[in-house]
Order: sequence, then structure tokens, then C-alpha cells
Amino acid sequence: MQWETVIGLEIHTQLATRSKIFSGASTAYGADPNTQACIIDLGFPGVLPVLNESAVDMALKFGIAVNAEIAPRSIFARKNYFYPDLPKGYQISQFELPIVGKGSIGIDLEDGTHKVIGITRAHLEEDAGKSLHEDFHGMSGIDLNRTGTPLLEIVSEPDMRSIREAVAYARKIHQLVVYLGICDGNMQEGSFRVDANISIRPFGQEAFGTRTELKNINSFRFMERALNYELERQIDLIEGGDEVVQETRLYDADRDETRSMRSKEEANDYRYFPDPDLLPVEIGEERLQRARRGMPELPDQKRQRFESEYRLSAADALTLTLSRAMADYYEEVVASGGDAKTAANWVTVELAGALNKAGLDLTQSPVSPKQLGGLLQRIADNTISGKIAKQVFEAIWNGEGDADAVIEAKGLKQITDSGQIEKIIDEVIAANPKQVEQFKAGKDKLLGFFVGQVMKQTQGKANPGQVNKILMAKLKD
Amino acid sequence: MSLDKSDVEKIAHLARMALDESHIDAYVEDLSNILDLVEQLEAANTDTIEPMSHPLHMAQRMRSDEVTEGDCREVNQAVAPKTENGLYLVPKVIE
Repeated sequence: MQWETVIGLEIHTQLATRSKIFSGASTAYGADPNTQACIIDLGFPGVLPVLNESAVDMALKFGIAVNAEIAPRSIFARKNYFYPDLPKGYQISQFELPIVGKGSIGIDLEDGTHKVIGITRAHLEEDAGKSLHEDFHGMSGIDLNRTGTPLLEIVSEPDMRSIREAVAYARKIHQLVVYLGICDGNMQEGSFRVDANISIRPFGQEAFGTRTELKNINSFRFMERALNYELERQIDLIEGGDEVVQETRLYDADRDETRSMRSKEEANDYRYFPDPDLLPVEIGEERLQRARRGMPELPDQKRQRFESEYRLSAADALTLTLSRAMADYYEEVVASGGDAKTAANWVTVELAGALNKAGLDLTQSPVSPKQLGGLLQRIADNTISGKIAKQVFEAIWNGEGDADAVIEAKGLKQITDSGQIEKIIDEVIAANPKQVEQFKAGKDKLLGFFVGQVMKQTQGKANPGQVNKILMAKLKD
Repeated sequence: MSLDKSDVEKIAHLARMALDESHIDAYVEDLSNILDLVEQLEAANTDTIEPMSHPLHMAQRMRSDEVTEGDCREVNQAVAPKTENGLYLVPKVIE
């Protein structure tokens, strides 16, 4: 039987506020255990949560970016369950009336298809703490520093029909929240966490199959692997005559498998009710307008502008706008004198390749955008050829100075004096009579041989265009 | 609407409350009476009434995003039954 995959994602993004959503404790990552958990986070008797306005503004930005309905009035609710990393015995979340309602976002797949994925809602809530299970004499250690860190939980419609679509959607949301500056996007540190609901159904059937929920996915690579494993597991179950049980499953990256998380099954009765400690959140027109004015250029807008303003191909514009850091870098290269198209090639191929090889992030690049722009200028004004430019790039990378200094120090300036080039060509022709004969007899491919010889004589410094032109003229004589 | 014994046991479990077996019947009756009362209220026509999530007619105040709390670990952990290396220790819970 042919099966259709149905996937919906719940993405928890930690909002990049300085302080917690309901208290003035710091949200900085990596502090000593429990040094950033105050009595509000710990839920001591008599404390009152007070809402952090930055968390609200960040949620608004996301809502605006996905064209969602923003609730003029939203409500915080208590989600009740017992777990040691949740000291109050409930999580403050939103249930009815979330701050961000229905919206949508477009994804682009590698084969060029475009698809719109519905966003059901996005709500504000507080994060829980962390449990550490190793080496506490049979007990668990609890660190509550993360407790109360603001989260925006973004819930999609079950609109994805393949694992590729699900990964593309998750990447798109990741790109968006980082662009918006509302989340640092660090998956290793848990700032961006994906839970996936997946089910299968026979092609053509309308009703959804029974779904399972996958948790503990902390990279896009693992997300793909976890979904693949779960998809196979469900197909095997159904084709073997069994049924899929609705449950939460944990992905174990070491074993590359998912396994049932039994303890949560029974507790799945959260008895939500409005939190009496918190009044309804009202979003006035003024706050909404302020959020709109603070919106940065979004990835899709930037991509379109790159295509029209810099006349880039769709593929180049897409690659260059994948991250805000790369887009900014590129624009600075162009502003420093690089030709737009050449700059696109250099940033996406040479620079990206070198960074990848060195295991560096763009922000750690040894070559500044200004230096790269300076190098590209020297290609544009024919001081050096594209080939020599790679050599210069390497020298700049190694800290040997700007393009002009490197060209000067290494004597890499291109030979454009046609008299000089002609002289070298004459020598090459005189030294290779046999090849000249063959060329004249119709073996056109030998042109490359002659160009190579000239370049060898000049250590690659002869202007390739001139060499070609003069060679052709002389050989055809 | 009335509850049975298993409902009460489930509610008690979700709230992590230990119930004395001999009290369960009384809880069944009390809680069922409360639900019956709510059912009576449901008979009232509320078409024109806006749902209320809080008895105060005010909006939530917000604070600016500033860190105002320092490290209070020592004070907070003074009442904890067991701690080690700055962590609270609790009976082992494993997924």
C-alpha cells in the first residue's frame, strides 16, 4: 500500500529577553545551578508573577511576520502536572485565547516547489527547569535556572506531507525567529526545540491516522532521522496488522530510535484554568504599531530585493538570505566596491567553502567584508585575474594584509601590456611547432594548451582575455 | 452529572492526594453535589454575557525587561530537604 505522511510541528522558541517572563531573574545560559532562580520562579507562597513586556513584544513581532491574527485580549492559564523540574506544580501557559492566532508561512523545497503551511497559533508560556539523572546516589538533581524563561510555542497545522516539508518548515521558522531577533536559535542549548506529531494514512484517505508525538529533537539532522525512524515504525506496525498507539515518544540519537515515554500518558489531563494571579493581557493599537515599526526586513522580502536590486539569480538570492549574518556580510562586500554578481559567487562559494573547511562561523571569518570588497575591486579593474584572486584571498585569510598590500608584496599584478604578452606568445609558439601544426590542422582543443603555456610563463599573471585574443590571431595566421 | 468512585480516585491521583479508602464515598457525594449546582447555573441564559477570566476589570500590568534579582540560592536552598553542588535532590524520575 502507498502511505501518505502527515506531520504537524510544535516548536518551542526561547525568547531572547534578559529577564524571565514573570520575574526579574536573569535568563543567561550556563550559570551555576539555581543561581538564577528567584522565589517567583520557585513558586514560593505569596509571590505574584508580573509579565515581561519584551516577551509580549517579541510574540507580536512573530505574529506580524506570519500575518497572524493578534488577540487584542489574551489569557494566561495554569497547566497542571507534577514533575520535579516544575516547582509550582503547574506551568503558566496560554490555552484559550493565545496571543497569536491563525497565520501562515511559505516554504520552498529544493525541487523549487512552494507551499504554504498554516500556523494554528503561537502562545506565551514559561519554560521548566532541568533534571540531571547521573550520579546523585540514586536521586535526581534539579537545576531551576531555566524555570520561567519565556517561551513562544508555535503550533503548526498538520499541513506537511513529507519529512522534507517538515524539515523545510522548521528551518523556515528558525530562520524567521533569528531574523526577528526574538530567539538566538541555538538548538544545542535548547533555545529552539521541535516536537513533531506524525501519522500515516493510505493515499486518498481523508481521515487522519493515529499520531505519535516525538520529543527530544535537538538538531535538524536528528529531526530528519527521528521522523524517518518513526515513519518506518508506523508503516511496519500497520502492515504487520497492528495499530499505532497515540503516545509521546522520545528520540534517542545515540541509538537512532524512538521509544515510548510511558510516564506522561496518564498525566495527560492538564486541567487548564485561567491563572488568577494574572489579569488578561490587552494589546493596544499603540503597542501593535510600535511592534510593526520595529520589524526588520524579513527573509522573503530580502530575497526578493536581492533579486531585483542586485540582479541575482533566485538560487543566489536564496542562499545569501538564509541567514541575516550572511545577507549583511554580502551587502557590505557590495558596498565596499564588489560587483554584485561576482560578490555573490565569492561569498557563497569561496568564502563559504573556506569557512566550512576551517569549521568557522561567518561571524568568525578572518576575511572582513571590506577586505573581500577590496579584492573584488581589483578583479573588476583588471589588476588581477579571477584565478590569481584566489591566491590573494588565501593570503588575506592568513592575515597577510588587504588585497592591495598582498598584490604588491607578491608581485601578482596582471600583465596587460599587450606588447609583453605578444612577446611571450611568440616564444610559446616558437617552442611548440608540432602543436601549432596540429592546431592548424583542426585540433581546436589545443588552444587550451597554448593558454596554459603562456600562463605558466607568466605565473598566471597574464590577462586571460588578452591572451586568448592574441593567441587566436597569431595561430590563425 | 454525578461522579463515581473511579473519577474521585483519578482526580486524587492527578492532584497527588492520598485518600483514605473510607472517605471516598463522602467525596463522591460532595463533589457530585458541587457539579450538580454548576449544572443548575448552566440553565441560565448567558448569550449576552462576555466570558470572564478574572473578577477584576483591569488589564495585566507589564514590567520592563530588566534583571532585578540576584543570586539567592543559599537562602532558597536553606529550606530544601536535600541539595548537592547547588542542585536540589529529589527521588529519581526517569523518562
